[in-house]
Amino acid sequence: MSSTTKPSTIAQVIDAANQVILGKDTQIRLALSCLLARGHLLIEDLPGVGKTTLAHTLARLLGLQFSRIQFTSDMLPADVIGISIYDRERSDFRFLPGALFSQVLLADEINRATPKTQSALLEAMEERQVTTDGQTRALPEPFFVIATQNPSSQIGTFALPESQLDRFLLRIELGYPDHAAERALLEGGGRREQLPTLSACFSPDQLIPLQREAAAVHVSPALLDYVQALVEATRASAQFVHGLSPRAALALLAAARAWAFIDGRAMVLPEDVQAVLPGVAAHRLRLANSASHARAEDIVKLIRAVAVS
Amino acid sequence: MARSKSAPLEPGAIPWLLAAALATAAPHAAHLPLWLSLSVGAALLWRAWLWRTDSPLPPRALLAVVALTGVAAIGWQFRTLLGRDCGVALIVFFMAMKPLEMRTRRDSTALVMLGFFLLLTHYFYSQSIVTGLWLLAATTLLVAALIRLHGGGQPARVIVRDAALLLAQSLPLMLILFLLFPRVAGPLWGLPQDAHAGLSGLSDRMSPGSLNRLIESGSIAFRVEFAGELPPQTSLYWRGPVLDDYDGLTWSVPPSGARPPATAPLIESRGKNYRYVSTLEANNQRWLLALDLPLERPAGSMLARRFETLAREPLRTRARFAFSSAPDFIANRDEDPALLLQSLRLPAQLNPRSRKLAQSWRAQFASPQQISDQALRFFAHNDFIYTLRPPLLGQNAVDDFLFATRRGFCEHYASAYVVLMRAAGVPARVVTGYQGGELNPVDGYLTVRQSDAHAWAEIWIAGRGWQRVDPTASVAPSRIERGIDAALPASDPLPALVRIDSDWLRELRNHYEAANNRWNQWVLGYNPQRQRELLSRLGFTDPDWRNMSAALATLCAIALTIVAIATLRQRQRATPAQRAWRRFCTRLKKQGMAREDWEGPLAFAARVAREKPPLATICFKAASLFAQLHYGTGTPAQLQELKDCTRRLPSSWRKIR
Repeated sequence: MSSTTKPSTIAQVIDAANQVILGKDTQIRLALSCLLARGHLLIEDLPGVGKTTLAHTLARLLGLQFSRIQFTSDMLPADVIGISIYDRERSDFRFLPGALFSQVLLADEINRATPKTQSALLEAMEERQVTTDGQTRALPEPFFVIATQNPSSQIGTFALPESQLDRFLLRIELGYPDHAAERALLEGGGRREQLPTLSACFSPDQLIPLQREAAAVHVSPALLDYVQALVEATRASAQFVHGLSPRAALALLAAARAWAFIDGRAMVLPEDVQAVLPGVAAHRLRLANSASHARAEDIVKLIRAVAVS
Repeated sequence: MARSKSAPLEPGAIPWLLAAALATAAPHAAHLPLWLSLSVGAALLWRAWLWRTDSPLPPRALLAVVALTGVAAIGWQFRTLLGRDCGVALIVFFMAMKPLEMRTRRDSTALVMLGFFLLLTHYFYSQSIVTGLWLLAATTLLVAALIRLHGGGQPARVIVRDAALLLAQSLPLMLILFLLFPRVAGPLWGLPQDAHAGLSGLSDRMSPGSLNRLIESGSIAFRVEFAGELPPQTSLYWRGPVLDDYDGLTWSVPPSGARPPATAPLIESRGKNYRYVSTLEANNQRWLLALDLPLERPAGSMLARRFETLAREPLRTRARFAFSSAPDFIANRDEDPALLLQSLRLPAQLNPRSRKLAQSWRAQFASPQQISDQALRFFAHNDFIYTLRPPLLGQNAVDDFLFATRRGFCEHYASAYVVLMRAAGVPARVVTGYQGGELNPVDGYLTVRQSDAHAWAEIWIAGRGWQRVDPTASVAPSRIERGIDAALPASDPLPALVRIDSDWLRELRNHYEAANNRWNQWVLGYNPQRQRELLSRLGFTDPDWRNMSAALATLCAIALTIVAIATLRQRQRATPAQRAWRRFCTRLKKQGMAREDWEGPLAFAARVAREKPPLATICFKAASLFAQLHYGTGTPAQLQELKDCTRRLPSSWRKIR
């Protein structure tokens, strides 16, 4: 793929997504960065703000095979992964793949599932393969999980533990639409109906080279200094229980690269790091003085405390 | 075993190590036996070839044989394994052998340390500027080899630059140590016996041909700085050993020559006196080569009975001496009769024709002055030729010279003249020394070379004392008036440095020698006395070694602190792009747009664009240039552009206001 078509196709995806989900440009870009950085996305917000629509839209625009699991508290790992059943004709067990075997998996309301089911999914996300009945099966490539969850203060949920939150490269919040966007939504009717009409801008085999290119965006020593300064600041700060892990630092760099790539730049700037930092860091940092995770304003405070180098 | 623990040597470091070994060993080739220089070169080449072809190192047994053979050969060559010259030869040999068993990083560190030690030994042989510069380069190379050894592969340019930077950083410390380290007179450590071999200069004996060897050397004997004007060229006679004993072949200083006189010699000046400071090169002799004849001498010297100025000890290092002299003099109107008797002695039976000639003059003329004038006329009117290549003389050397060959050099003329005078009953003696000198217009020093070596004569006339007579002047007046290169035919061998025809070459030589002189005066000549002068100028009125050591320690501590602070701050040192970007931001700040520390360049530019739209274009340009330079792979042209943005900033702002 030539370098001139690549930013324009990405721009097309963003434009088309903006037609469906109004006024959420940043979130769309973050979601796309997450995908390009080969990470998984966690969307956390109240029901009805368009989480599912966003996931569905991205899958369609990128021409990826999409499946969806609605998690409930009585779900079992086999419901996600798949099950082996006995085939009489062949006198053998046959594996029936679960919803996991798709390119884009929307795991809706993941915090409604029991920890056992959650961890089955998260294992698969990390390993990009599933082992059942002593047999290892690779998941399709690309494999992208968009999980949604309701804020954990709601009744009947199982909050994801820290270690599992860490598996998500980015966590974003959608929030209410602004005034104008909501008006347009009300005037134009629900957006779900538009989904089948969306045509793909990509074929799946175009995505993998793009991911490779995004991972090759230039990072200068000065930028690494800045990333390290940010990470060290979270560790030194009394505001957070723990600082960011080295894995989180790698995640930050990967996301920033993808963000710069979407912006059509050949190198990562501190601005890119700052743009993805709330998504990368907020769900990984627990506030010291309350039980909740860091909020966007805590991350902004962190950004303002560290000089760019 | 330590070997197995040490990290293996990176092949990329080997050319650096070999180059450093070569650079440190090479200058020794000037005085090492040729076979050793060649074997050292061959060993280094062998190692370089092994490196190029990626071959294994030679087996240890072979190396052991080679090393033992080499040491044995060096021992045989020098007849010892001790002493300066042999020690240096051994170190040079080891320097070439070590690379052949260099497998680990530890081995190569040993090589570099050996190199640093070898560097010092060069100063046994030469302390000139060129040596200093070469050794500076060699030191840089050694440091570069260390950097390559421990810092991994980098472009050669970067390694050399870092090494030079390290050396530059050590400069303050070096200056402090040079200026303040308590100096002792003479060398810090005792030199072995052979240290002073090979110093050239006048000797206490003169036989036909002995001066020629000296004259064929262009090296400098001494330099003189006159306070005020120079005496005329024809009176620049620098007095060395006076030769009063003659055995028919060799003139020599009588055994009593160095003894202090019973009565102080009496020198009266008849004209202008000249003050000067002369800087003598080491010559391993005691004669201080004052201008004829000295009235005031440096403290610690002695005026011998034949007016030679003698130092207490042979001159082993270059030294400065202040004199005042009277070229026009009357010396010892009354002379010790024993001395006069000595100056009439001739070997019996030798040179009958000369004696006969002299006796005929004695009968003919009444006064010694007339006899002398007759002798000079004899030289002037009988087709004598001045040449450095005289034919060999027989047993009656003076007869052969005066009546047969008639070709000779100053020593022949002086010798023949004195023999004639003594035969005619006039007390006479041979004086050797230097005549003339060349003024270096660059620094105003008069340079006297070994090639200015000369021999002349003195006769004693009652009531008028000792008088200088230069028979060479009547044969080749130009020798006295214009120097030796003017007097000799072009075919005679003279050092190239002395006989220079081209103007620019002469000028180049003058500049080089002036620089060398300054180096000698201020660097090599920085002795305890100069150190005291400097310290008293700095406010230490009575420096002793205690407060000097204290000052040294304090200044070293300060220098090290500065280096430490600089090193610690280096971590935050800004790149040129960062400095340019900061200047741009400072300029913008004056316009009311201050960049926050946490703001990235493009975010800042976007904010400026929102708040001060007229500045948007230039800010975006500068920001993206800085982003390219600092976070991407920028080009020098972009750095220039960024600087241009800063320059354009105030004017573009004023325009829109």
